[in-house]
Amino acid sequence: MTTILALVVLAVGTYLMKALGPFTAAGRELPPWLDRLANLVPAGLLAALVATQTVVDGASLTLDARIVGVAAAAVAVALRAHFGIVVLVGAGVTAGVRALGWG
Amino acid sequence: MRPLDRTTSEPPAVRSLVLTALPVALAVAAYGLSYGVLAVAAGLSPAVATLSSILVLAGGSQFAFVGVLALGGNPFAGALSGLLLNVRYVAFGLAIARALPGGPWWRRSLDSYLIVDESVALALGQSGPRPRDPAKVDAWSVEVVRRFRVVGWAVVTGWILATALGAYGGQLIADPEVFGLDAAFPAGFLALLAPWLRTPRGRLAAGIGVVLALGLTPVAPPGVPIIAAALGGLIAVWAPVRSVDAGDGAVDAEVEAGADVTGSAAAAADAAAAAEAGADAAATDSAGGGR
Repeated sequence: MTTILALVVLAVGTYLMKALGPFTAAGRELPPWLDRLANLVPAGLLAALVATQTVVDGASLTLDARIVGVAAAAVAVALRAHFGIVVLVGAGVTAGVRALGWG
Repeated sequence: MRPLDRTTSEPPAVRSLVLTALPVALAVAAYGLSYGVLAVAAGLSPAVATLSSILVLAGGSQFAFVGVLALGGNPFAGALSGLLLNVRYVAFGLAIARALPGGPWWRRSLDSYLIVDESVALALGQSGPRPRDPAKVDAWSVEVVRRFRVVGWAVVTGWILATALGAYGGQLIADPEVFGLDAAFPAGFLALLAPWLRTPRGRLAAGIGVVLALGLTPVAPPGVPIIAAALGGLIAVWAPVRSVDAGDGAVDAEVEAGADVTGSAAAAADAAAAAEAGADAAATDSAGGGR
């Protein structure tokens, strides 16, 4: 029961954070600097997600098979491969490196 | 600069929208599958695991939550670390909000539900920055919102169905890491990030984000490094980068780069077959988008 209650807290809290933008800023003209900021913020967030999901394990930095897979995915991105191909390359190369016995 | 100007005033074709959304939904589904397996292994019933994906709809935080449960931790500690991870959705929500039409509360509520990393990143990344010319803003908003909603619903569907599949049929799947599924996510985020990496300010924001996130990871609670990375955008706005200010040329380049993602020859044959099946649903959505 405690677990369900905690899950509801997580769900409601997450939804309220998501809803803040659509309920306060949608359908309004923003000042140009804020508009430009809103366009650049996803770049910082996405880059941080890529970095942490590639080299973070728990609370420490670690190099394992993921870094090889993501590097291969970066090559695919540079070649302008389709999204699905990029993901397949990332997962496939990582799985391959693990099959060879590293990370 | 572009040879044919006919595409600029038209909305993205349904086919191109489906080809954008489908691979994202499949990648999310692979992740959802492993979440379903792990959630049940951590002690949730299959029904509660599926319900968590419907209600929370934020993958990273759900993994954090069941991760704490699996270690025998307090469920509220799990919820707290999940909430910290999700603070970034305030920023994503504000980023997409300037394209959203607003409207009645139920529409704002639905749009809020569809805010996931993929829907916001694909909608804004592929459509380029908001045009400065007021006459072009409406067409830009229509395109962004349509992409946002189609990708959003695709991700929601893939995430929930895959969670259920993993939760109810989990014993059939071995360790997800054997298939490299943990690397599928950073690879996907990298692809989503690509349009920003083609502009100087975007590269700056991304670079600062990486440095802040990795620098803070050993010392800050989970989630905080990601939130701090949003500062990358804040710094990049005021950084003296000249070429971005050159005007709409950069915008066009970015839109074309985005179109390239969907138009790539790499679109697999099976994706095309599935696209036909999904076209009706997407068409309904496009009609609802209104012009």
